[in-house]
Amino acid sequence: MNPLRPDLAIIAANVAPGSRALDIGCGDGALMAALRDEKQVDARGMELDQHGVAECVARGLSVMQGDADSDLADYPDAAFDYAILSQTLQTTKRPDLVLDELLRVGRKAFVSFPNFAHWKVRLSLLWNGRMPVTRLLPIAWYETPNIHHVTVRDFRELVAARGYRIEGEWFLSGDKLASPAAAAWRAEHAVFLLSR
Amino acid sequence: MAAGNPNLVNDKLVLPAPLALDGGQSLPQVEVAYETIGTLNPAKSNAILLFHALTMDQHVVSKHPRTGKPGWWSKSVGPGKVIDTDRYFVICANVLGGCMGSTGPASLAEGGKPWGMRFPVITIRDMVRAQVALLDVWGIDQLHAVIGGSMGGMQALSFAANWPQRTRAVLVIASTARHSAQNIAFHEVGRQAIMADPKWQGGDYHAKGKGPEDGLAVARMAAHITYLSEVGLTEKFGRRLQDRSAKTFGFDADFQVESYLRHQGLSFTDRFDANSYLYITRAMDYFDLAEEHGGHLAAAFAGATARFCLVSFDTDWLYPTNESRVIAHALNAAGAPVSFVELSAPFGHDSFLLDVPAQDRVIAGFLNQ
Repeated sequence: MNPLRPDLAIIAANVAPGSRALDIGCGDGALMAALRDEKQVDARGMELDQHGVAECVARGLSVMQGDADSDLADYPDAAFDYAILSQTLQTTKRPDLVLDELLRVGRKAFVSFPNFAHWKVRLSLLWNGRMPVTRLLPIAWYETPNIHHVTVRDFRELVAARGYRIEGEWFLSGDKLASPAAAAWRAEHAVFLLSR
Repeated sequence: MAAGNPNLVNDKLVLPAPLALDGGQSLPQVEVAYETIGTLNPAKSNAILLFHALTMDQHVVSKHPRTGKPGWWSKSVGPGKVIDTDRYFVICANVLGGCMGSTGPASLAEGGKPWGMRFPVITIRDMVRAQVALLDVWGIDQLHAVIGGSMGGMQALSFAANWPQRTRAVLVIASTARHSAQNIAFHEVGRQAIMADPKWQGGDYHAKGKGPEDGLAVARMAAHITYLSEVGLTEKFGRRLQDRSAKTFGFDADFQVESYLRHQGLSFTDRFDANSYLYITRAMDYFDLAEEHGGHLAAAFAGATARFCLVSFDTDWLYPTNESRVIAHALNAAGAPVSFVELSAPFGHDSFLLDVPAQDRVIAGFLNQ
């Protein structure tokens, strides 16, 4: 089996064994399968793309075809120990409302996203005057699904404004854990664990 | 025995006890005709009950005795196929009310005459009840899975709601938890076509030669349109003419689509009983799983422990995707492990019977966990 994407590996390592988790935007189910097989987690998923859902079902996972923006409303309050949203927040129409939904259906929420304030992104914009195209943001502005780019600072502010608590934070640079000290600049990717 | 299908059995049995019906009556001496493919293991844990759709029957893989055509799901059921009969013991029974060997309106009632319209109105749950009784006869306490498309999906849902402990997995394809006004409306057109045929004779046509074949053919034509998509019809026929270069300025089947529908209607009358069509469509119209459980669909699945998978098709306008989504949400609310996927296929409602590779992957993946 392929190793998990680094942000997913961080999430997998920090989910409590035997818990219930909802992976929103679960793709081909790699994280769910790891949670199920290695941590006996009762993992459920939501994925917009039918090929992703078909792939998950073929792996024996329970996945609903659905949209993070609209279909979380169908889950009861606190149905899960964790709601997980990896690399999807920046693609939603209303990230603030999605965050509220995450912490309604889950007691805690993992959120991971590419940091738009990484120094390469800043430099690219500064020098070229064009929307950055980087390793983690490889698609041109006109066709990227990332319609709400977010930085580490932006995200912290949103979390504070909504009154949620940050229970854990991890930063990745070149797929390796980076120090939180200069994360706003140096993190390519951020993973947060939040609670109400 | 069909080539490539070892351990194929076609048989029937009489249920040991009268069958209590939702309508309050009780049917004695109920016959259930079935096909089984594969071998039941000693633990009796590898059985899959396949529920057939409105106009299908128990001939899943075997050649149909009336039409000579291959079984309706021979593409997907067999050794090494999507539903692998090297692993699973697949059972399919003709529904109660049907006309391929199970007790229905054409069966003989006490006194030796066919039931006709004296046959009690049955429900989807009654159909399932008869099949559960079949499992009881065989001592199969828990199935590996129940699977059904269309009306078969309704039976699978009814099974899951009413006998939740008796299956470990439930696969529902292109189906619904209740018949909509539009669904009922199309069925009513079909029933009225049959009843308006003078040869129907109040349902007492069995002893008097031919039945209401014209009416049944029209019913089938109307229903068949609902099984296809507009895109599919356009691709297959467009406005092309049938064996002619110009319109005839008459009412012959000028268009290919007319000729096709007439053929579908006529060939249907060779293999289906008109009264069965009335009773089975009535059962589908009466189906409302939430209504049976205090108006809450989630309540229907309160005792569910099985895994569920729901599949819909984007071009199915008979039981559109939203119907499956509603079921999936109810299962989620009930806490059941459920997957739901809408697949892309151009063939409308009939997609579930046709070649859709994504469906094969979903079915095999779901069954083989």
